[in-house]
Amino acid sequence: MNMFVPAKVNDLLTAIADAFLFALRTVKETFSRDFEVREFLRQCFQVGYKSLPLVSITGIILGLVLTIQSRPTLVKFGAVAMLPGMVAVSLIREMGPAIIALICAGKIGSSMGAELGSMKVTEQIDAMEVSSTNPMRFLVVTRVLAATLMIPLLILYADALAILGSWAGANIKGDVTFVLFFSQALAHIGFGDLLPAVIKSFFFGGVIGLVGCYKGYTAGRGTESVGIAANSAVVLASLLVIIVDVIAVQITDMLIL
Amino acid sequence: MNTAQTETVVEINGLKKSFGTQEVLKNVSLRLLKSENLVILGRSGSGKSVLIKCIVRLLNCDSGTIKVLGEDMNTLGNDDLGELRKKIGFLFQSGALYDSMTVKENLEFPLRRIKKGITQSEIDEKVKKVLEDVGLPDALDKMPSQLSGGMRKRISVARTIIVEPVLMLYDEPTTGLDPETSDEISALINDIQAKHNTSSIIITHDIECARATADRVIMLHDGGVYLEGKLEIFEKSADPLVTSFFRTLCEQPNI
Ligand SMILES: Nc1ncnc2c1ncn2[C@@H]1O[C@H](COP(=O)(O)OP(=O)(O)OP(=O)(O)O)[C@@H](O)[C@H]1O
Ligand SMILES: [Mg+2]
Repeated sequence: MNMFVPAKVNDLLTAIADAFLFALRTVKETFSRDFEVREFLRQCFQVGYKSLPLVSITGIILGLVLTIQSRPTLVKFGAVAMLPGMVAVSLIREMGPAIIALICAGKIGSSMGAELGSMKVTEQIDAMEVSSTNPMRFLVVTRVLAATLMIPLLILYADALAILGSWAGANIKGDVTFVLFFSQALAHIGFGDLLPAVIKSFFFGGVIGLVGCYKGYTAGRGTESVGIAANSAVVLASLLVIIVDVIAVQITDMLIL
Repeated sequence: MNTAQTETVVEINGLKKSFGTQEVLKNVSLRLLKSENLVILGRSGSGKSVLIKCIVRLLNCDSGTIKVLGEDMNTLGNDDLGELRKKIGFLFQSGALYDSMTVKENLEFPLRRIKKGITQSEIDEKVKKVLEDVGLPDALDKMPSQLSGGMRKRISVARTIIVEPVLMLYDEPTTGLDPETSDEISALINDIQAKHNTSSIIITHDIECARATADRVIMLHDGGVYLEGKLEIFEKSADPLVTSFFRTLCEQPNI
């Protein structure tokens, strides 16, 4: 062990290296011969369908609140006509992906952490292994892929609901038809707004799935490890979502402006 | 029969395993012969579970050699390990039933994965048969959380024997069961051994189970094999460690 590196830093670096190895192994197992289709579909259902209520409510309220809050400022500048476009752009570029990803980090990250954590603690993962099933392939790959594919879909769905909510917010004080509002909103959204947001969403999904599985899969012994796994999965996944967001914004800024 | 009897299924030499600074197994050597029931006794924490986990390489040993069905576990590649594990049944001390699956799905899981190409009607038949064997024919659609402790244990026994392995490793098959069910499980272990020529390692604290199943007994103590032989040798032994261990076993069966 290196005596110039304090133990805490050393631990941290080991943990980071560990997590990277886990991610690499997951990617490697993803492209192996046997793919667990049934379990993958089951996870898509779990991650996607079961998150719909939460994501729907969040999406609608997000659009509603954002509209009500920005309206006074726009009125001051005499630019209320910009309302639909501005709200739509900020929703699709940033608010939708970031907020929904954070919500999913809480819901999906913790449930994966807790589920795999308790499977680990009660030796269910070992039991799979002795039934000659590769638990990385069966449990981790399917969950990470499901999160990577489903979270972007959830985000797009929430974006659409948010614009609906935004229309509702605009309608409280003004009187805009839904068609007019929607067409104004869409007029301001270009490919350059949507594409980076979608790409970023895939990374959010991947990060949430990976962190949830990593924390669960590497849980310690004893039941208290399950709680720790679930909790630290949420914390780390949320943190990483924000970090990925910062990086994604920088890259988008450089490439598209 | 003579050649078959001398065939070695598991051979362990100088096995060492520690966790951090705790040396759990210091020097374990043992052999398991074809169609033999080997009972392993030992105090709680003496490393019995660790030992059989090393045999299937759920834990990697620190040094020593483990040969299972002629394969060297230390050098076996991952694919070959998967193949070898198909011939091994492992009963976890905790049961390790899959919480998110019904009893039926729990039993089907190893079948589908180990016996590729098996048909649904064969699966149904085997599931039904094995549930009758463990005396729980009605548990089919229950979730593990709906079962009592003893029922969970019996379902995990069923899940282990359903694939008819060549080598069975039972970690406390009768712990937490009432005496009658314990006897049934012991009889089941003997049944399987007689029918399929299975070789088994049975970890137990249940003296009745040991009496019913053991061909040979090994006692683990202080990271090594303390005494080995027929069960009578243990019961007649004058060694204070062995006598005190046996006295406690007989006083409180089924701890
Ligand atoms: N994965 C592990 N990490 C750290 N220590 C472990 C691990 N597995 C077992 N141990 C330690 O090894 C020792 C032996 O454990 P083991 O489970 O083999 O005991 P046992 O003989 O099966 O006892 P029991 O009869 O109570 O089941 C214990 O002290 C335990 O703390
Ligand atoms: Mg044990």
